[in-house]
Amino acid sequence: MKWMKFPRIAVKSLLKNKTRSLLTSLGIIIGVGSVIVMVSIGQGSQADIEESIKSLGTNMIMIMPGSSNRGGVSRGAGSENDFTMDDVEYVEEHMTCCTAISPVVGAPAQVIGGSGNWNTSILGVGIHYLDIRSWGMDSGEFFTSRDIRSKSKVAVLGQTVADELFPNENPIGQRIRIRNTPFRIIGVLSEKGQDARGRDEDDVIIAPATTVLYRLKGGENIDMMMASARSVEVMDQAQEELADLLRIAHKIMPTEDDDFHIRSQTEIIERFSEVSGVMTMLLGSIAGVSLVVGGIGIMNIMLVSVTERTREIGIRLAIGARESDILTQFLLEAGVLSLAGGILGVIVAFSVAAALNSIWNIPTVVSPFIVFLSLGFAAIIGLFFGFYPARKAAILNPIDALRHE
Amino acid sequence: MKTIIQTKKITKIYQIGTVAVHALRGIDLMIQTGEFVAIMGASGSGKSTLMNILGCLDQPTAGSYLLEDQDINSLSRIRRADIRNQKIGFVFQGFNLLSRTTAIDNVELPLVYDRAGRIQNTREAAADALNRVGLSDRLNHEPNQLSGGQQQRVAIARALVNRPTIILADEPTGNLDSRTSLEIIALFQDLNDQGITILLVTHEHDLAMYTKRVVELKDGRIFRDEVIRDRRDAAEDMASLPENGTEENANGREAA
Repeated sequence: MKWMKFPRIAVKSLLKNKTRSLLTSLGIIIGVGSVIVMVSIGQGSQADIEESIKSLGTNMIMIMPGSSNRGGVSRGAGSENDFTMDDVEYVEEHMTCCTAISPVVGAPAQVIGGSGNWNTSILGVGIHYLDIRSWGMDSGEFFTSRDIRSKSKVAVLGQTVADELFPNENPIGQRIRIRNTPFRIIGVLSEKGQDARGRDEDDVIIAPATTVLYRLKGGENIDMMMASARSVEVMDQAQEELADLLRIAHKIMPTEDDDFHIRSQTEIIERFSEVSGVMTMLLGSIAGVSLVVGGIGIMNIMLVSVTERTREIGIRLAIGARESDILTQFLLEAGVLSLAGGILGVIVAFSVAAALNSIWNIPTVVSPFIVFLSLGFAAIIGLFFGFYPARKAAILNPIDALRHE
Repeated sequence: MKTIIQTKKITKIYQIGTVAVHALRGIDLMIQTGEFVAIMGASGSGKSTLMNILGCLDQPTAGSYLLEDQDINSLSRIRRADIRNQKIGFVFQGFNLLSRTTAIDNVELPLVYDRAGRIQNTREAAADALNRVGLSDRLNHEPNQLSGGQQQRVAIARALVNRPTIILADEPTGNLDSRTSLEIIALFQDLNDQGITILLVTHEHDLAMYTKRVVELKDGRIFRDEVIRDRRDAAEDMASLPENGTEENANGREAA
C-alpha cells in the first residue's frame, strides 16, 4: 500500500474544484486569521503596557510613608511622615536583596537662570537614583556622595528645563537660582519623554537630597524612598526585607501595623497583565467561534461532495478500495482543506498584523504559540467535521453507489 | 483447465417493504479458466444480481460461492474488497471512469488500492494495460476528451491492470453504437485468446454469439447453458460493416 498516494489523491481531487475548495477553506482562513490577529492585538497591547511600566525603572520598589492609626482612627496616607535620611542610611547598610536605595524629596520651585525663568519640580535624591530609575546622563556628570554629605548646591537638569533656560548654550557650568539659592549645573539628563500618566519626565531638576531637604525645604522628613531589587525573582523577598528593616528602624512593635507602604512595579504590571490577558482571551474566543463556523462550512461542503461523488466512491469500492481507504481519502480532503486554509489564514494574519502595526500604529505581537495553536485547532476542526461526511462515504453500498446518477 | 468459479444453489431475496422479491432461485454455475461466457436474460431475470454476487459486490441470501476454491460468503467486507481488487476486473455499461482524471490515472487506480503490492511500477503497468487495449497514444487524455469506445477501452485496461482471475463485463456495449460494440467485443475476443477468462452480461443475442458459452437466466433460474458451436469473429464482422457508424456519433450520444 502506497500511503503517500492518499494525500496526493486528496490534493488532486481538491484541485479539480479550485473555486469551491477556496471558498470552503475561506471559513477557516478567516477563522484562523482572526484568531491570530485578535490575540496578537491583545498581546501587543499587553506588551506595550508592560513596556511602559517597566520604563519607570527596573525592579523598582517604592516605599511610601504610611498612615498612622492611633486609637482606631486612620489619618490617611502620609499623615505620619517620618522617613529621615537616617532611615535610608540604616536600610542601605543592612539590605541584601536590593542593590540600591535612594531618598526622594520633592519641591516645586521657580527657577531663574540663563535666558529666563521656569517653574519646575526639584527632586532631591541619592547618588543611586539614576540606576534605580534606569535613567541616563546626556552630558556632564551626576553628583557624588561627597556632594550629599556637604549639601552641595549642584543641580542636574532635565532636558525640558535645559531647553527652556539655556536654549542656545551649554548649560553645564552655568549658574541658576532656585528659591534664591544659587546652584551650579553639573549635568543634563538624557531625554525620557512622558511617563505612564503622560507627565513630562524631562521637566525636572535633580539635586542632592540633603541639599533640597536642608537648603530648600527645611525639615527632617523625606517624601519617600526608592529601591532597586537585585532581580525580578527576589522582588517579594526584597519587599519583605525592606519592611523588616524599616520596622526595626522605626521601632515598631510586632503587634503594631506598618507605618509605611511598599509597592513595586511588578504588582502594577501583574494587574495590567491580568486585565489585558482577559481581554486577549475574550477576543481570541470570539474569533475561535468563527473558526468553528468555518469547520461547519467544511462539513457542509464535504456532505455535498459525498453526494455528488457517490458514483466515484462506488467505482473506488468496486475496484477494491476498502472502507478505510474511502474514509481516509475524505478525511484527508477535509484535513488538507482546513490545514491549507489555516496556513493561508496565518499568512493573512501576518499581513494584517503588520498593516495594523505600520499603518494604524496598533501594537501587535504574533507569537508562534498562537500560530501553531490555531493551525492545530484548524486541522482538528477539519478532521472532526470531516469525519461524518467521510464515514457517510465509506459505508456506501458499492452497488447503489454505482447506480447513482 | 482449472475451475475458477463454482456456485451452489445460490439464492437472493430482496426485501422491498413487505414484499420479498426472489431475484435468484438457486444458481449452480461452474466456470473454468479461459472461458468466455455470456450471461443472458431479459431484464428482471436476475443476471445483474448474479453478476454482483460473482463480483463480490453483494452476498447471496443462501448457497455457496467459491472463487478459486475460496469461500467468498464467509469473508468480511474488507476481505471482499481485497478480492475485488486482486481477482476481479469490472467493465461497466456506463464506463464508470473518474471524470477529470487522465486515462493512465484511471487505469492505475486499482493498483493504488493493492495492499499486496504485487506490481512494483504501477505507472508502467498502467501504461502497459492501455497499450494492450490500443490506447498508448491517449495516456494523458481525460474521459471527456475520449470517444465512448475509447472510454470503454480505458475501463477494460483498468480491469486488466491488476491481472485479475476473471473479467466481469456488465453490458459493456450498452452505450455504444453497433460498430464500436463490435470493436469492444473484438478486443474481448482477443484478450480471451490470450487466456483471460471473461464473463459477459448482456441481453443481446447477437453479442452472445461471439462468446464461447451462453448461460441464459429466466426468473432467477438457469434456463439454458450451452456451448456456442459456430462462434463468430468480431474482427471479421467489423471488416464487412459499411463505414458509417463511426465512433464520433457514438461519442456525441454518450456525452449526455
